[in-house]
Amino acid sequence: MAIDSGEGPGFFTTRLESVVGWARKFSIFVYPFVTACCGMEYMSVASGHYDMDRFGAGLPRFSPRQADVLLVVGTVSHKIAPLLRRIYDQMCEPKWVVAFGVCTCTGGFYDNYATVQGIDTIIPVDLYLPGCPPRPEAVLDGLMKLQTKIQNQKQTLYPRP
Amino acid sequence: MTPSGVDKETRSMMLNIGPSHPAMHGVIRLITELDGETVLKVEAEIGYLHRGFEKSCENSSWTQSIPYTDRLNYVSPLINNFGYCAAVEKLLGIEVPERCQYIRVILSEISRVTDHLTCIAASAMELGAMTAFLYLMKAREYLYEIIEEVTGARLTISYGRIGGVKGDLPAGISGRLEQALKRTEKEIVEVDKLLTRNRIFVDRTRDVGILTREDAISYSITGPMARSTGIDYDVRKAFPYFAYDRVQFEVPLGERGDNYDRYLVRMEEMRQSIAIVRQAMRDLPGGEVQVDPQSRHMSSFEMVDEAKMGRTAGFTQVISSVEPTLEGTEEPCHGLVNTSDKKVVLPSKSNTYGNIEGLMNHFKIIMNSHGIQPPRGDAYMAVEGANGELGFYVVSDGKDRPYRVRVRPPCFFNMAGLHRMLEGGMVADIVATFGTINMIAGELDR
Repeated sequence: MAIDSGEGPGFFTTRLESVVGWARKFSIFVYPFVTACCGMEYMSVASGHYDMDRFGAGLPRFSPRQADVLLVVGTVSHKIAPLLRRIYDQMCEPKWVVAFGVCTCTGGFYDNYATVQGIDTIIPVDLYLPGCPPRPEAVLDGLMKLQTKIQNQKQTLYPRP
Repeated sequence: MTPSGVDKETRSMMLNIGPSHPAMHGVIRLITELDGETVLKVEAEIGYLHRGFEKSCENSSWTQSIPYTDRLNYVSPLINNFGYCAAVEKLLGIEVPERCQYIRVILSEISRVTDHLTCIAASAMELGAMTAFLYLMKAREYLYEIIEEVTGARLTISYGRIGGVKGDLPAGISGRLEQALKRTEKEIVEVDKLLTRNRIFVDRTRDVGILTREDAISYSITGPMARSTGIDYDVRKAFPYFAYDRVQFEVPLGERGDNYDRYLVRMEEMRQSIAIVRQAMRDLPGGEVQVDPQSRHMSSFEMVDEAKMGRTAGFTQVISSVEPTLEGTEEPCHGLVNTSDKKVVLPSKSNTYGNIEGLMNHFKIIMNSHGIQPPRGDAYMAVEGANGELGFYVVSDGKDRPYRVRVRPPCFFNMAGLHRMLEGGMVADIVATFGTINMIAGELDR
C-alpha cells in the first residue's frame, strides 16, 4: 500500500504504516459519550443483534485515557459541552471522533437556546452519522468508513522518529 | 492526637459521580458526601440534557410538537406521543374511534415492555450481569421490529396524531406480533432464571435503596417505584383512558420498596403488558369508514370530469381512488382509524390527491396559522408512562400554536426522592439503586 507521507517514504516505512493502520482499525476502543436518545440505538448496535464486535469495536472503555474513538451519542447541550471538550482533551493520540446522530452533527431539530449546534464547534469530528437516531445499519456503515479512514491516513508512530 | 501519634479525627469526603460516568446514563451528576463507605448526603445536579422542550413546543404548531414528545422518554416514545395527543384531544373535546384506542393500548404496552426491558438490562449490567443485558436487548430488538413495521421507525416514531394515529396496523401484523411476544417472553424467562434467584443479584438488591411508603407519597413518586412500596396507584386503573377499562390486567405490588422489589414489579408488569397486548389484539374492533357512510367510490378522473360540469354535490363524502404512482394512495387508513373531525385530522392521501375538498382540507391543517386551533382553555391528561404518571398540561389561547405545554415527567419526582434512598447506604449501592430508578434524562431535563 502506497501512502503519500510527503517525505518520500521508503518501502519499509510504507509497509509498516499499512500494518499499523490495519492493526488500529480492528482494535477500536470506543468511549461512548452517551447523553440522549441515540444511546438506545447505540445499545442495540453494541449488543448481540447488530454486534459491533464483528468490526473489532466491541469493548467500550469508560475512561477517555483508554479509548481511541470518542463516540458522541446524543444531544450536546451548552451545559455539558465543556465536559465533552475536557474528555476529548484527555484522550491520547491517535484519536478519532464520531458525531452519532443529527443533534451532534448540526443540532438537529433542537434549533434553540439550549443546544450546541453541532459538536464540530467544540471538537474536530472525523465522521458524521446523521439520522435521528441513525439506524444500526447506518452506524455499522459509518464504522466501516471510519476504519477505511484509519487505514488510509498517515499513521503517527510512537516513539516519534 | 492519640498516644500512638495517629490522628484519629475523621472527616467526611466529597465524592463527585458523573456526569460522564458509565452508570450515570450520561447526563447526571451526583455530589455525595461520604463517611468511609457510608453515604451521608447526596445531591443530584440535573439539567445536562435540557433541550428546551416546552419552549420549542410554543414555537411550533400543535402537530409539530409531536416529534418533540418522542424524545422526552426515548425508551418508550409511543406512550409520550399518545399522552400529548390525548391531552390536545381533551382540549378539543373529541373522542377517537374505538379501533384507534385499541391500537394505542397495544402500542403503549409494547413500548412499556421495551422500557422495562431496557431498565432491567441496564441495571443488571451495572451489577455485572452482562448476559442478562444481552438477552434483554435481544428481546427488545424483536419488539423494535414490530414497532418499526407499524410506525416506520424504530425509536423516534411520531406515530400519534391529534385525533388518531398515523395509520392503521399493517396487514398480517397479528401473527408476527404474536411471534415477537413469544420470543420476548422466552427471553424474559431466561433472565428470570438468571437473576431472580441469583445469590449475587439478590444480595446486591435485597434491602438496598429502600424507599418508604411515606416518602413515596410525599415526593409524589408514581409508577413502578411507588408500586414497589405497596402503593396501589396506576393511572390505567385509577383514571382509565383509551381502552384500558376493557382489558383485564393486574397491577403488581411490592412490599419493601427496595431494589429487588422494583425489579420484581417491572418483571411482572412486562408479563401483564404482554397479556394486555394479546387481549387488545383479540378484541381489536374493525374500523368504521368515517369518510363515506354510503361507501361511494369514484375514480379521480371521473370526479374531475364531474366537477368540471359543476356537479360537485356530496363530493366531500366520496372516497376517490387515484391510479398514478403516488405512494400510499392505496391505503385509506387515516379514514379508518382516526376521528372524523375534519378540523383535526389530515384527510387520507387518496382524498388529498384525488379531490379538491381533500386538498383544501389538507392545506387548512398543514398551512401556517391555519392548522389545528383548539378553543381557549387548558387541559391536563395523564397516562401511565413506564416510569409513572406522565401528565401533559396544555394551554391554548385559541391560536394554532400551544400557549404552553407543560409535562409532568415521572422521572423528575423519582429523582427528587433519590437521596432518601441512598443516604445511609453504601457507596457501592449508589449505582445499583440509581439503575432501578430508570432515570431518563430526556424527560427529566426536557
